[in-house]
Amino acid sequence: MTLAELTTRLQTLQGSTVTATDHSKQGVNLDITIASNVIPELARLMSEAKFALEAITGVDWLAEQQIEIVYDFTSYTSGIRVAARTRVSRETPEVATISDVHPGANWHERESHDFFGITFTGHPGLIPLLLPEDADFHPLRKDYGA
Amino acid sequence: MSIEAKSIHRETFVINLGPQHPATHGVLRIKLTMDGEYIDDAEPIIGYGHRMQEKMGENRTYAKFLPNTARMDYVAALFNSQGYVGAVERLAGITVPERAEYIRVITAELNRVASHLLWAGAFLIDLGGFTPLLYTFDDREQILDLLESVTGARLTFCYYRFGGVCNDIDDEFVAGTRQFISRLRSRMPMYHALITKNIIFRKRCEGIGPITADVCRRYGGTGPVLRGAGVAYDVRKAEPYSVYPQFDFNVPVYPEGDCMARYRVRMDEIVESLRIIEQALDKLPAGPVMAEKVPRFLKPPKGECTFTVESARGSFGVRAISDGTDKAYRMKLRSPCFSNLSLFQECSRGMLLADALALLGSLDLVIPDIDR
Repeated sequence: MTLAELTTRLQTLQGSTVTATDHSKQGVNLDITIASNVIPELARLMSEAKFALEAITGVDWLAEQQIEIVYDFTSYTSGIRVAARTRVSRETPEVATISDVHPGANWHERESHDFFGITFTGHPGLIPLLLPEDADFHPLRKDYGA
Repeated sequence: MSIEAKSIHRETFVINLGPQHPATHGVLRIKLTMDGEYIDDAEPIIGYGHRMQEKMGENRTYAKFLPNTARMDYVAALFNSQGYVGAVERLAGITVPERAEYIRVITAELNRVASHLLWAGAFLIDLGGFTPLLYTFDDREQILDLLESVTGARLTFCYYRFGGVCNDIDDEFVAGTRQFISRLRSRMPMYHALITKNIIFRKRCEGIGPITADVCRRYGGTGPVLRGAGVAYDVRKAEPYSVYPQFDFNVPVYPEGDCMARYRVRMDEIVESLRIIEQALDKLPAGPVMAEKVPRFLKPPKGECTFTVESARGSFGVRAISDGTDKAYRMKLRSPCFSNLSLFQECSRGMLLADALALLGSLDLVIPDIDR
């Protein structure tokens, strides 16, 4: 799938903002901002387009009281790199899991749950991955001490 | 036999592989549910060596985090540094002098060769062959001596700086590297006679632990694991960085997807890396090895970027967000081993335990890279 085709398809997603970025400056070819409820649809679209999930991570925007979730996709055939981002409230950060479509997301979501306290609804086992099994803290939140 | 009838006669038991086990090469635990000698389920349990590197990347200045990068994948430490300085340079808009980029390529590729040699020796030990390790370590030692002469370290290198490298290479290093290239080239037939043609090794690897291209895609598997599944994906070609476009090299691909394919990819990559190093030495430009006017306390402008490099184990990516201060707002480190291990649970199902250990070894895992 070419970059133009992918852009067109991503633009069909409800409420999406697709920006073509300069790879030499941003490291990605496309940057897409999307509402959190459209994430499963995006995941399916990326899977159909034969993209691999590189990583999922969070960013704690303390001032805005929001948590951003960034999904990094890459294509092994075209080398296109796509960053998809969504924002959820910091109080109840919740987004649907995409581990049913991209099984690799399972661990990335557990890690993001560890670090940011993001709840991935429908995840088969959202237990600590890297933190101790009784961990009740989220170290990458900006108000976490130490 | 129906599923119910089967389940009556089946008795499974749970055993732990690790956290301290020679075959896991670090503190990795695998919870095995066994049906006799066959694996019903193998759940990797990670995090024993977790140090919260990403937090450290956010609560200290950019320069202070530099040494940390070598302590994730310590077998191929230069690639992590390369990814990190690359991301910060991209954020701050620093242009690296060409000579420095050449030196980065030379040292990083030497590191790749050292990493693959270490893997080959350790993998053979997993399979029960002790001798090859002594040969691969002999060659790897030469690389460590070379790298030590310019970086000052043998394993946890902190050699790259924002804007270049901290130390120029000298004639002695160039001569020594050329000597090493011809030495290792002459040793490759010996390795193929000792390992590749060995019947026991072949029986332990051929057709064992198949990983398909689609499994790699669904789990984000990269590096030799992906190329051993027939996909010619290499970040150096797909998203050219540094001065890699100036060199002529092949991306070895084997479509079989078994342990042998992954072994062959790595052995071929050693040869390709030697080609890159040789070309880089031939074309090595003169000039400075550090960009001018890189501030001592770096404050990249507000922004976000990613930088991905092809490490010895796959795509190592850094996502850095700057809020304009001297510390990163976010420093995401994407490690290749993390994704490469995550496919083990699916791929090992139904395998003999002894074969699964060959599969595990062929993934070339460095546990502190997974745990970060």
